[in-house]
Amino acid sequence: MSAMLAIFRRELLLAMRARTEWLMPPFFFIVVVTLFGLGTEPNDPKLAAFAPAILWVAALLSTLLTLERLFRADLEDGTLEQLCLGATPLAVVALAKLLGHWALTGLPLVLLAAPLAVGLGVTSASVPTLVAGLALGTPCISLIGGFVAALTVGLPRGGLLLPALVLPLITPALIFGTGAVRAAQQGLDAGAPLYFLAAILVLSLTLIPWIASAALRNAFD
Amino acid sequence: MHLRGANGAGKSSLLEVLAGLRRPAAGVLRRNPDPLPLHWVGHRNALNPHLSAVENLRFWCEFNGQAVQRVAPALDRLALPAGARRRAVRTLSAGQKRRTALARLVLAPRPLWLLDEPLDGLDVDGIATFAGLLSEHLKGGGIAVVTSHQALPKDLPAVREWTLQR
Amino acid sequence: MWTWFHRLASPPSFYRLAERLAPWLGAASLLLLLGGWIDGLMFAPADYQQKDAFRIIYVHVPTAAVSLSLYSAMAVAGVVAVIWRIKLAECAMMAIAPVGASMTAVALITGMLWGKPMWGAYWVWDARLTSELVLLFLYLGVIGLYQAFDDPRAGARACALLAIVGAVNVPIVKFSVEWWNSLHQGSTLLKMGKPTMSAAMAGPLYAALAGTMLFCAYAVLRRMQNELLVRERGTRWVGELQRAQAVDDRSASV
Repeated sequence: MSAMLAIFRRELLLAMRARTEWLMPPFFFIVVVTLFGLGTEPNDPKLAAFAPAILWVAALLSTLLTLERLFRADLEDGTLEQLCLGATPLAVVALAKLLGHWALTGLPLVLLAAPLAVGLGVTSASVPTLVAGLALGTPCISLIGGFVAALTVGLPRGGLLLPALVLPLITPALIFGTGAVRAAQQGLDAGAPLYFLAAILVLSLTLIPWIASAALRNAFD
Repeated sequence: MHLRGANGAGKSSLLEVLAGLRRPAAGVLRRNPDPLPLHWVGHRNALNPHLSAVENLRFWCEFNGQAVQRVAPALDRLALPAGARRRAVRTLSAGQKRRTALARLVLAPRPLWLLDEPLDGLDVDGIATFAGLLSEHLKGGGIAVVTSHQALPKDLPAVREWTLQR
Repeated sequence: MWTWFHRLASPPSFYRLAERLAPWLGAASLLLLLGGWIDGLMFAPADYQQKDAFRIIYVHVPTAAVSLSLYSAMAVAGVVAVIWRIKLAECAMMAIAPVGASMTAVALITGMLWGKPMWGAYWVWDARLTSELVLLFLYLGVIGLYQAFDDPRAGARACALLAIVGAVNVPIVKFSVEWWNSLHQGSTLLKMGKPTMSAAMAGPLYAALAGTMLFCAYAVLRRMQNELLVRERGTRWVGELQRAQAVDDRSASV
């Protein structure tokens, strides 16, 4: 537990030291959404229909931006070997890193999503569904993406491979997240897709840390 | 134990296998069910360049469940100047970084030290400091496996030298 | 039992077994495929609704069926490779991936060709087509990841982990895509009914299915042999094999 806290503190400290790196994903998120707005006719009502897809894809892409660095910096400066040798199980270390990544990257996007959704013309009744979906979905992106980042950590061109490997794995979360908002927009019950998202999150939370730690160890062999 | 050998002979790889970081390419490694607690100093310093020396060592203390009060004495022991302790590690010289990495050895007593080229970047003073540290560890009954392409400092107790051939 | 299993898992004995098995598999698959396709494309009665267009079923259904089973086989090999670190399982995984990817691609292409006369468009976001597309991405991911590694063993283990996560993902993808499709039931998606097939139509389909499976088994075995030779080059048994081959070649040229 204290080891997890130590990793959280370190991630926080690093985010404060390298502020531009930390602010990049939310900024990218806003820019992508704005570009979609500019790319369509002014006040096009169809934009509201596409809003969930735009927001979800923008969140996905901006999270991918930082994932590559997640373990690579630690591999390069030798921190990862020390983490491997510590008494704390590597799976716990991986979980702490991934949750830290979500708190610093995913959470700001969740908070930004509501005003941006209103800007895209999403009715205020379906905004809570969107935010709830992103709150459940962005940790999935951090976990699954973090696993792939662990797989590709030692590779010189891992950054190119990362999106291609993450996107098929994240499809279900994307479908349920955007589907929930569309259901809400059509006045249907959005409960079911949100529960599915929660199920995916719980599954990722239990499985991914173990398998990510195996991937990290593989980087040394 | 002092491991020597030409570049590429496999000193670092052997050390990584001993630490349990890497699996041997062939053969079986039998693991002690109750392994000795060990300190590992690889050829990379395990210091984040954006954090200061103190912050880096504090993290390792917290991660390993040691008291953070030990950081300052450890850096004193390695004679890292006060002015260098609060600066980001990326601004330090190679020798200062190495001293900070070696300060981890002092944070907690552990019976087994695995050190990969610990003398890299150290100046004459630094080597002397390290020699003092190592001989104290050995006199206290500790074990150390050290790779180094240069000769280890004299007056160390019970050094056995192994040379790896390609 | 165990000793037999261990002997089989050693590269040279597996190589010899594959060498004996592969020609039979290849011949059987060739016969079944030729029989099934000739019968299906020329002699089976035309569908009264789809006319001759339905005949693409004899390629589409078998490839679609094996695409998923090959992925499961790859994931199982991946589990074996991760837990027991058996070299043969790694080779099996990396041999299955391209075969599975090409089967998935063929299933997708024939599905699109079939979709044009039936649905009026090459691509509709039908649940089955979409999950097949995701499956193709998963296969390509495994292949791409393996290519990126210098060390084949580390690469195969990374691929194994990816394949395992992908295997957990596949049913979730299928389920999510079906749910996603049911959300807009109003659209004019022509639902493929399940018409009962006449025996004259079904017979060649089963032959083509069995033929495709045997063909995949043949291709996987041959690829595994290749992979083994590349990885084990420089070992004694590969050297002996090369010498035997050289003797054969010389006697053939005389």
